[in-house]
Amino acid sequence: MKRLLLIAGVLLIAGCSTVQPWQKGNLAKPAMAFDYDPLQTRFEDHTYFSKEGASGGAGVGGGGCGCN
Amino acid sequence: MRVRNFFAAIVLSAGAAGACAQEVGKTAPAFDLPGSSKAVRLADLKGRVVYVDFWASWCAPCKQSFPWMNEMQAKYGPRGLSIVGVTVDKKREDAEKFLASTPAKFLVGFDTTGKVAETYKPAGMPTSFLIGADGKVRAVHVGFRDKDKADLEREIEAALTAAGRK
Repeated sequence: MKRLLLIAGVLLIAGCSTVQPWQKGNLAKPAMAFDYDPLQTRFEDHTYFSKEGASGGAGVGGGGCGCN
Repeated sequence: MRVRNFFAAIVLSAGAAGACAQEVGKTAPAFDLPGSSKAVRLADLKGRVVYVDFWASWCAPCKQSFPWMNEMQAKYGPRGLSIVGVTVDKKREDAEKFLASTPAKFLVGFDTTGKVAETYKPAGMPTSFLIGADGKVRAVHVGFRDKDKADLEREIEAALTAAGRK
């Protein structure tokens, strides 16, 4: 059992690797971004926040004056 | 207990491997990289103040730093400053394309294998290492913002003065 845990642990640790700052070329590609278009995202966020403001919008809290 | 020690050892060694970047006061590691026309070697710049800047074509602040580095090279080159832009792009064409739109009037080395980055371990992109005429790292700077320019220039000035290049 102990040995099994050890093997699983080693495999898990080996699965993690740190991407160094100089290796982030692929991550910097537009296709890797969460948002397709930053302007569109801001627009949608604004709508969402205005609609859901009473429950805190995209953040926490709430209490809602609805004044966005 | 033994198992726990084993894990601790792995975690510690992983941490230690990541934590040995170039430090101020240490001798800058030598490099020999293919350049635009001829090889770029730190050894060839012995006795000069060298500003090694790690950049990439996919890094926006790097693009902003180029005009400033051109200016510094033109201003302090005659006094003994050599700026070396080391690109960490894996494909040389990517870097060439970047250089076509953002001209570099200083030495450029192509570190396509990432070997030099591996020894200098820049903490972000861009990162610059100011190497004094004695070959020791004088200053390390991560990132590039307009407000950093004055400080960086002061460091260059100080390095040149320390080297006796008035």
